[in-house]
Amino acid sequence: MSQGEAQAVEQIRAASAPKFLIHNEGDSVAVAVQDVAPGEGTAVYMDSDRAVTIRATEAVPLGHKVALVDLEEGDEVIEYGVRIGVTRQPVQAGQHVHVHNIRSARWQNSI
Amino acid sequence: MAEQHITGYRRPDGRAGIRNHVVILPVDDLSNAVCESIARTIPGTLALPHSYGRLQYGEDLELTLRTLAGTGANPNVAAAVVIGIEPNWTNRIVEEIARSGKPVEGFSIERFGDLKILSTAAGIAQHMLQDASELQREPLEREELTISIKCGESDTTTGLGSCPTVSQAVDRHVNAGGTIIFGETTELTGGEHLIAARCIDEQVRRRFQAMYDAYIAEIESSGANLLGSQPTQGNIRGGLSTIEEKALGNIAKTGTVPVVDALEPAVAPTRKGLNFMDSSSAAGEFITLMAAAGAVLHLFPTGQGNIVGNPIVPVIKITANPLTASTMAEHIDLDVSGLLWRAYNLHEAGDRLVALIDRTINGRLTGAESLGHREFVITKLYRSA
Repeated sequence: MSQGEAQAVEQIRAASAPKFLIHNEGDSVAVAVQDVAPGEGTAVYMDSDRAVTIRATEAVPLGHKVALVDLEEGDEVIEYGVRIGVTRQPVQAGQHVHVHNIRSARWQNSI
Repeated sequence: MAEQHITGYRRPDGRAGIRNHVVILPVDDLSNAVCESIARTIPGTLALPHSYGRLQYGEDLELTLRTLAGTGANPNVAAAVVIGIEPNWTNRIVEEIARSGKPVEGFSIERFGDLKILSTAAGIAQHMLQDASELQREPLEREELTISIKCGESDTTTGLGSCPTVSQAVDRHVNAGGTIIFGETTELTGGEHLIAARCIDEQVRRRFQAMYDAYIAEIESSGANLLGSQPTQGNIRGGLSTIEEKALGNIAKTGTVPVVDALEPAVAPTRKGLNFMDSSSAAGEFITLMAAAGAVLHLFPTGQGNIVGNPIVPVIKITANPLTASTMAEHIDLDVSGLLWRAYNLHEAGDRLVALIDRTINGRLTGAESLGHREFVITKLYRSA
């Protein structure tokens, strides 16, 4: 593939690729599969192939999570259809979800 | 997709290997120097230096001796020279390796000194190397091979891409009658109930649960703060927020098959299928334990870019993180980052991995092998006497 072709493929990929993947229907977070700026983007459920449009209100780096629903302080955070932790504070849909606003529900001496 | 023929070395104990090493195995730290001298004198042999083997006792001693003997007996090893400071533990390891039927000779340094041992043992090593060079690869069945799996420097791309790709290979290998070992006891936290539910019977389930509970109790009783350790700083940078999230990505590589056994560390599986082994998640320790249990190949999904290798077991690195694939290309054997933008599906990623596994079995060097990564790390259970 020539460099020009590679660039064209890259552009098509960037335009058509989802910004987020979601492991399971019912999850409360999506994972960014590219560096995402605030705004709308496509998210695809890996178990059902369903595509939805979601809005990120903050920048979300590749591999980081965004909330799909509003969560109260102490709510369970669901990914893979399983609890991955609890919120430290209220989290709104669209916000970046990471160690600053969720923590392990299992290990008190961890984050 | 055409099935490739796989080839390897069938050993006298009936197990099959995919590499043909002659190892110079120190029983203890004191014997590293002469072992490394022998490997320099007879290039093509492989010294396996490590840090322990003195004044250990109880379960910790047993694990070290089992690890050393299992490493020598591994089917990727054609023959072994074993050297220790004194004869007792040396002979014990020699006897255990000898049960595999392969050539093995032991030497103890006391009353001789390094130089006499060097001249005698180097001659033996030379003959072993020449004899091993005549062994021929022969066609193997998949069911003859034991493969281990563990991910490292995980991030969320591990759970989205590289671990599910390994999962494809796990299911296919088990369905072909092969053996897989997974472990990382504490990194199941949050998903241990999913593994317990997959145990084949109540006995295996109870054994698994007891191993898990004991490991967690050990960590909790230390009172230590795991902040920055679990998840690691690399995990966190990659977007993993909690041990539970890390565990679910980890479990995503174990396929869908039942868990047929729960093994003590460095114990060889006796049942075909997916085996759990009670083990640390530290990469070097883990793969060393697996090699001691007879694994001949390791599949290693990574997110942020773990670079571990093993002296006797090829380690195949798989990543779905495009940044890691491009910035650490020499360490990555398979890039499945296309899964993130859905350029292909998991089944196709699985096909690519199986094709690479077959080429590696047949002799293609992995990135870690070609870069000289030979991490040989004994799991220490507690301090020596």
